[in-house]
Amino acid sequence: MQAVFFVTTFSLTLLLTLSPTSLHAQEKEISPSRQGELIHLLKQDCGSCHGLTLEGGLGPPLLPTDLSGKPPEWLRDVILDGIPNTAMPPWRPILSENEVAWLVKSMLQGLHNGQ
Amino acid sequence: MANKHRFRFTLGVLLASIVITGITGCSQLDVTDLRGTGDMGIVIERAAGNALVVETSHHTQLFRVEGLGNLSHASVVFSRDERYAYVFGRDGGLSKVDILRGRLVKRVVQGGNSIGGAISQDGRLIAVSNYKPGGVKIFDAETLVMLADIPAVYGHDGERSKVVGLVDAPGQRFVFSLWDAGETWVVDIRDPTNPQIRKFRDIGKFPYDGLITPDGRYYIAGLFGEDGLALLDLWNLDAGVKRILGGYGRGEQALPVYKMPHLEGWAAAGDLLFVPAVGRHEVLVIEQKTWQEVGRIAMHGQPVFVMARPDSRQIWVNFAFPNNDTVQVIDVPSQRIIKTLKPGPAVLHMEFTPRGEQIWISVRDKDLIAIYDTETLRQVKTLPADKPSGIFFTSRAHEIGL
Repeated sequence: MQAVFFVTTFSLTLLLTLSPTSLHAQEKEISPSRQGELIHLLKQDCGSCHGLTLEGGLGPPLLPTDLSGKPPEWLRDVILDGIPNTAMPPWRPILSENEVAWLVKSMLQGLHNGQ
Repeated sequence: MANKHRFRFTLGVLLASIVITGITGCSQLDVTDLRGTGDMGIVIERAAGNALVVETSHHTQLFRVEGLGNLSHASVVFSRDERYAYVFGRDGGLSKVDILRGRLVKRVVQGGNSIGGAISQDGRLIAVSNYKPGGVKIFDAETLVMLADIPAVYGHDGERSKVVGLVDAPGQRFVFSLWDAGETWVVDIRDPTNPQIRKFRDIGKFPYDGLITPDGRYYIAGLFGEDGLALLDLWNLDAGVKRILGGYGRGEQALPVYKMPHLEGWAAAGDLLFVPAVGRHEVLVIEQKTWQEVGRIAMHGQPVFVMARPDSRQIWVNFAFPNNDTVQVIDVPSQRIIKTLKPGPAVLHMEFTPRGEQIWISVRDKDLIAIYDTETLRQVKTLPADKPSGIFFTSRAHEIGL
C-alpha cells in the first residue's frame, strides 16, 4: 500500500516536472538562471576548444561573422550530434534540444560583455 | 690636547658616517628585502587576463600583473635564472614578466591565435606555437625580437597546420607536431636565424599534444584521430617515428571528449609511464623498456592532466567536463586509486611544489586555488584567484621540456 502510494506520488511528481519540457519543448522559455549557466558553459567549456571569447582555437571561431550563412538547424545538429572523425563531440548527453536552439540563437547574435 | 682629540674623534665619526651612508646609498634594497625566486610561480587568471605571482613557502600572493590579453589557454615558461616568466596567451601575445618586481617588462603580439611555447636549452630563445597562422616563431629571450618564422606548411597546396606539442630538446632543438597534417618536426636552432628542419610525416591522425621524457630522449605525440601514440627517439632520428599502443581502444565505442587531454606533465614513474586514454575513462600504463601497455586504470572521467608527484610515488589526475569537479590520486606501486577528491567545480590544472610535499589545484568556478598535502591528501589552505587556470612554478626552469 505504501509502495503504491509512493509510486503514484512519484509518477505524479515526474509528470508535473517533465510535462512542460516534453510537451512544449520548442516553446519553453529558458529561465534566466539556466541561461546564465548555458552562457557560462558556452564560454568556458565550448571555449576550451573554440576560445574563451569564441575567437577560435583548436576548433574554428564561432563569432557571428563566422557563422553567418550557416542554417541554425544545421548548427543545432552539429552541437547535438557532433561531427564524426573530428574533435567536435556530441552534446546531446548534456544539453536538451531546446537549450541548444537557444545557444545557437545567442551565438548568431554574438556574446556581449558582461554576459 | 683635549681639543685635538675631540677634533679627531669628530672627524672619525664624520668619515664613518660618510662611508656608511655611501654603502647604504649604493644598494637599492635593504638586505631583508632580498629574496630568491625558487619558491615562486605564476597562476593565470584566464578571464581577467592577469598573472598572479605567488610564493609557495608561505602560500602568499605577491603581485597581480595585469594587461596580458586573452589568457584562455595560457602557458608559461621561466628564464633559467628563474626571474622572468614568459606567458603565452591565446591572442598571440608573448609577455615577459619580471616576477621579482611583479611587472610586465615587454609584450609582443606575435600571432593571431597561439597555443603555447618553450624556452631553448641555453635559455636564449623563446619559441611560440601558433594555430593561426599555423607555425612556430622564434624570439630572442632578452629582447623578444623575432629571429625566425617557421610556417607549418604541408601537402601540395601550401596549407598551414595548427601546431601543438611544442617542447625544447637537448642539442638546442625544438620539437612540435602538426595537428592538421599529422607530422612531427624537429628544428635545430643552433643558428637561430637559419633553423634546420627535419620533418616526420604520417605519424598518425590529429596529434593533439606532445611531450618529451624527462631525460630529453623521447618525444611522444598523443593521437586524437586514432588509438595510439607516436614515438620519436631523438638520439636516433634515422629510425623515424614508431607507433605505440596502436590498439588500446580497438573495437570499443569511444566516449565523447569534452576537453582535449594534455601531455605536458609527463608522468614517468620508474619504468612506467602514465598517459590519458582518449575517448575512454582510463589512464594507460606503459612500460618504457618495451613501449607496451602493461595496465589500464579505470577513472572517474576523461583524464586531462596525468601528473606524477616529483618522487613518482603518486599520480594525480583531473578530468574533462562534465566530471571536472574531481581529482583522483593513483598509488604507483599498486596502480590503484587511493583517493578521490572533490576540490570543486572546474578543476583546470595542478602543479606540485618542487619536491612534491604539496600540490596546488586551480578551481575555476570557485575562484580559488586549493592546496593539498600530498601525504595526508587533505586540503591545507585555499587562496582566492579570479577564474584561475594554469599554475606554473619556477622549478620548471630546469626541467627539459617544460
